[in-house]
Amino acid sequence: MRPLTDEETKALFEKLSKYIGENIKLLIDRPDGQYCFRFHRDRVYYVREALMKRAANVTRKHLVSFGTCFGKFTKSYKFRLHITALDFLSPYAKYKVWVKPGSEQSFLYGNHVAKSGLGRITENTAQYQGVVVYSMSDVPLGFGVAAKSTQDCRRTDPMSIVLFHQADIGEYIRHEETLT
Amino acid sequence: MGRVKNLIELRTRRGPGKKSRKQAPPEVPKSVEEPEEAKKFSRRQKQRLIKRKLRKDIASQSQIPKKVKKITRKDEDDDELSLGSDGEGKEMDSSGYDEESASPKKKNLKQVVDSDSVDSAAEEQSDEDSEEEADNSEEEDDSDEEDDSEEQDDSEGEDDNDEEDDNDEEDNDDDESGSDDADEIKGFTDENKAWLTLKSEKKKLEESDDDVLPDDFAGDSSSDEESDEDSDSDDEDGSDGDDDDLLPVERAAKKLDKKLKRDKKLAEAELQMNISQKETYELPSGQEIEREVIEPPDLTLLHQRIKDVLEVLGDFNNRRQEDRSRREYLFQLKKDLASYYSYNDYLIGKIVELFAITELIEFLEANEVQRPITIRTNTLKTRRRDLAQALINRGVNLDPVGKWSKVGLVIYESSVPIGATPEYLAGHYMMQGASSFLPVMALAPQENERILDMCAAPGGKTSYIASLMKNTGMLFANDANKERVKSIVGNIHRMGITNTVICNEDGRSFPKVIGNFDRVLLDAPCTGTGVISKDPSVKTNKDMLDVQRIVTIQKELLLSAIDSVDAKSKTGGYIVYSTCSILVDENEWVIDYALKKRNVKLVSAGLDFGRPGFKRFRERRFHPTLEKTRRFYPHTHNMDGFFVAKLKKMDNELPKSKDKTQQETEETEEKDEKVKKQKNNKKPKKNK
Repeated sequence: MRPLTDEETKALFEKLSKYIGENIKLLIDRPDGQYCFRFHRDRVYYVREALMKRAANVTRKHLVSFGTCFGKFTKSYKFRLHITALDFLSPYAKYKVWVKPGSEQSFLYGNHVAKSGLGRITENTAQYQGVVVYSMSDVPLGFGVAAKSTQDCRRTDPMSIVLFHQADIGEYIRHEETLT
Repeated sequence: MGRVKNLIELRTRRGPGKKSRKQAPPEVPKSVEEPEEAKKFSRRQKQRLIKRKLRKDIASQSQIPKKVKKITRKDEDDDELSLGSDGEGKEMDSSGYDEESASPKKKNLKQVVDSDSVDSAAEEQSDEDSEEEADNSEEEDDSDEEDDSEEQDDSEGEDDNDEEDDNDEEDNDDDESGSDDADEIKGFTDENKAWLTLKSEKKKLEESDDDVLPDDFAGDSSSDEESDEDSDSDDEDGSDGDDDDLLPVERAAKKLDKKLKRDKKLAEAELQMNISQKETYELPSGQEIEREVIEPPDLTLLHQRIKDVLEVLGDFNNRRQEDRSRREYLFQLKKDLASYYSYNDYLIGKIVELFAITELIEFLEANEVQRPITIRTNTLKTRRRDLAQALINRGVNLDPVGKWSKVGLVIYESSVPIGATPEYLAGHYMMQGASSFLPVMALAPQENERILDMCAAPGGKTSYIASLMKNTGMLFANDANKERVKSIVGNIHRMGITNTVICNEDGRSFPKVIGNFDRVLLDAPCTGTGVISKDPSVKTNKDMLDVQRIVTIQKELLLSAIDSVDAKSKTGGYIVYSTCSILVDENEWVIDYALKKRNVKLVSAGLDFGRPGFKRFRERRFHPTLEKTRRFYPHTHNMDGFFVAKLKKMDNELPKSKDKTQQETEETEEKDEKVKKQKNNKKPKKNK
């Protein structure tokens, strides 16, 4: 376990800002205590400092996880967000997509969202903007990238993809082994 | 390649399969005679029922209405002939009457009979006979059945008792017939003499036949019937001939009395027979046992024998065989239960020790049935009412789990997989046995505490603790198994829990890693004898060695859990020990051991249901406070078998008798045993 290097911090924040924009600073300056990012076994954990200090008691070999895992660095040092970060992305998300109940299940199986399954979308979403996906009852389901801007979505035909899938909560079952 | 082909060929079978066999064309009842209800009874029961009913009928009604019929007819005759002196009749009546308490109606009837019988006997005789036959014909049908059945009974019965009954019956018949004969001789008119005597002779003949050919149903029944008929007609005749003798109705009544007596006797004999059947249950002989070893077990036979032995054990003094001891019965019972429910001998022995005989079967049966699926609402993300509504909308049938939990829901049936709904994936609930709520409720975690869950996988209890702490404080979730730790990670993140450190240490080394916890939950690894319904392999693959091994681990874990707790904690200092086993070795014994080794005392678990733990068990005597622990059984609480004990750590110092520098966790089982023996009579030391 160690603090992130500058490079890593930059990669992480760049990624996060795609989804929550300048709300990143809300993650760091929290009224309920000091929170920090920690690097452990290629993964980035977001954790309260007091807890982090206690977790340091556990040897690296035996420490599995602490706080919330945000994602991992790939071998090529790119940062990849995990679905476990959704709890912190969804409250601060700037751009949102709601999917209809019919295509909810399809998205949870790792598929992209077609226009026909699109329930709502935040106004003026740009193309390739990171968005958080919700069900119509406002349950966060995952996140992805808008394949088309809001304007384009209106015009396009029903079968064309409007949202690229990145992560969904179905991964808790599908990829339980690789979550951490 | 050919091999593969062969295999396939073996597997697939063509032609009419099970289904065609199962679905036989619906049977249409061929006759209306047998009512549907009767089919539920066994054949003999049916026969008895019919017999009883008939007898009752005969006793209560048959004589009077029959007479009424006849007599009304006679009344008509009366009118025609304009005969009849009431006064005369009354006189005769008074003379003839002795013991019967007949109704006034009866009296009147008799008067009429008497008055006209004198004069018109001869003329009526032929008419009456024909009438009677008509009347009796209905009766005959019924009684035919009865007699038939009786005869069949006799012919089938192989028991001595049956034969005895038979004989009794015949004796009675003989007696009766004898008296009948006497009556007949008195009562005959000349015209009737010929055929009446003939019949009686015939009857005698057939009775003798009865002895020789017991299975000649038709003839017998008819003979019996005829004898009845005879006697009836006799009565009529008798009234003609001897007025000074008994009246016909009285005679009939007398006969009925006799018949009733005989029936009673029969019934008693039958009853005796039944009782004796119960009493004569015998344990199988050595040969039978040998045969069973070779042959595959016959389940119905086993079941019957279990029932029988249980019955004997239920009232041992009265139902036992004289030369058999209780132990022999118990041995047989254990063996049968083991093969019927497919347990191994060791485990069934343990279970038999644990439960009363009456409870035993309930427990074993409960182990064959799946417990209902329960889920726990994640209060960090949703409320139970909202969750219930959302699930109901998905076509799930559910209910609150009970008054004792505000977060539990029982799933009765579901049209969707309950472990893969979007709500589940969003972390709104956790699939979790009702029993695993209990240790967490006993632990009663408070906000901002430091809590350790020593054996956490797959994280159900951990997430419950975290949600009770409302994501504050610190929660350490530990599990020794690397693979299972991954499931904790998934569940913790899914439930949106952020205050948890997950580690993969050996629980026994824990106080060295990090200590001074406010509370520790130790859901110890166990043999799983409480969750046999979930994992039936426990039935066969756990033996004494497994239990011993696991008990040692449990003791070490519990001591290390106690050592991880800070006794000076302001809010806590509690340890909750739980297992999903019901064996005393893994529960009370382990707690008792900890009570002796550490400065801890048992406190109430705060669960208002469940059974108190054992204070003593067979040869073992535990600390009296062990009744504060709680046991849960599948058959009484409809949750997995479970044990929960809550300990409060009183002092961080070890009890004086123990060398402080020595690490007890490294002790071996043998050493523990020795210490136990030394301490056995002493009370465990406690300060304060």
